[in-house]
Amino acid sequence: MDIKDGKTVKGINFVNFRDAGDPVELGAAYSRAGADELVYLDITASHEGRKTFTELVKQVAANISIPFTVGGGINEMKDVERLLGAGADKVSINSAAIRNPQLIDEIARNFGVQVCVVAIDANYENGEWICYLNGGRIPTERRLFDWASEAESRGAGEILFTSMTHDGVKEGYPNEALATLADRLHIPIIASGGAGKKEHFRDAFTLGKADAALAASVFHFGEIRIDELKAYLRQEGINVRI
Amino acid sequence: MNVAIIKYNAGNIYSVDYALKRLGITPRITADAEELRAADKVIFPGVGEASTTMNYLREHGLDEVIRSLRQPVLGICLGMQLLCRASEEGDTECLGIFDTEVKRFVARKHEDKIPHMGWNTITEVQDGLFTPAEEGQFVYFVHSFYVPKNPWTAATTDYILPFSAALHRDNFYATQFHPEKSGSVGERILKNFLTL
Repeated sequence: MDIKDGKTVKGINFVNFRDAGDPVELGAAYSRAGADELVYLDITASHEGRKTFTELVKQVAANISIPFTVGGGINEMKDVERLLGAGADKVSINSAAIRNPQLIDEIARNFGVQVCVVAIDANYENGEWICYLNGGRIPTERRLFDWASEAESRGAGEILFTSMTHDGVKEGYPNEALATLADRLHIPIIASGGAGKKEHFRDAFTLGKADAALAASVFHFGEIRIDELKAYLRQEGINVRI
Repeated sequence: MNVAIIKYNAGNIYSVDYALKRLGITPRITADAEELRAADKVIFPGVGEASTTMNYLREHGLDEVIRSLRQPVLGICLGMQLLCRASEEGDTECLGIFDTEVKRFVARKHEDKIPHMGWNTITEVQDGLFTPAEEGQFVYFVHSFYVPKNPWTAATTDYILPFSAALHRDNFYATQFHPEKSGSVGERILKNFLTL
């Protein structure tokens, strides 16, 4: 769930937001429907927005009994402490990790690797996966596989990989890149961005060897129901919690 | 009901607090020996590193308090590991309620990721903390160290090898998984503990 001013929104290819409801209600509904984990991403940049988001994190922790990750606007250890203190189970860092990779080491050392999710936005250009900053707006010198390996060695507990090429397009996850990550790394890989139908989730697990799959709009707008999706995945031989 | 959560430098105290509040119970979060001894139930949560945490408990006299408790006690995650005799994490001598050693997971193949993080099933569940309804259900784990199967194993999970997902001896109960993060199944297990 992308959160702006305390409300859930979902981007299509990182622009054009559509409203998709109240974050705590939506999270509770997903928990009941069988979601295994939730991710809340703060996309407000303002100080006021951050305070609202911290309050929201407290509400989520109080009301929802499954693990949840929070991200967005995390630049330093103070932000990590604020969000974990509010009850988040994990924090997801993206641009801040590229700007200051030492932050990964610090989070892992202070709170354990299980707390530290490194999110990577990458776009496939001329045969290479280029990592981007600031929600996919600024290209960097970093390449996906090298950066993911460095993040792991610094203490990332999980990699959340969003393909900007696939996000919002609904034609499936980047399975080849996911499988390369799974082969090179020893930490869980979460596939993010691109799901349009149930088969895409199956392929992320079988072809992409992903440990988890994240999706937003197909769930927010009721195009795929989580209970039906999990029943389907189990039928396809994938071990999922029902 | 008077439920106490042992207050110390652990990470998940407030998740446990929230989980109990969802069940309609407001626990007392305390490090006071008298308050802990007077509680109907005591919860010993834990996220962190074994040697640092044991040092903290000893410095605050909480090691002796925990050993002396006679009411039902529930250790969670690191709390369970600290109730054992010793841990390979930091080569730590622990509380010794369960006479067994805590071991570090060692990967056997590339797919074995450590920490063991995520949902997994519990089997061979024993009466007490569990009812047959919990057999085969998914609960949430986050740990790099495990308690091997032993005479006090009260539930088993298979990850790399079969290990103790829960322990029980006399008034001491413990779970390696986080019932406070395990959805409706976790809520049932907490309720089971509260009705012991």
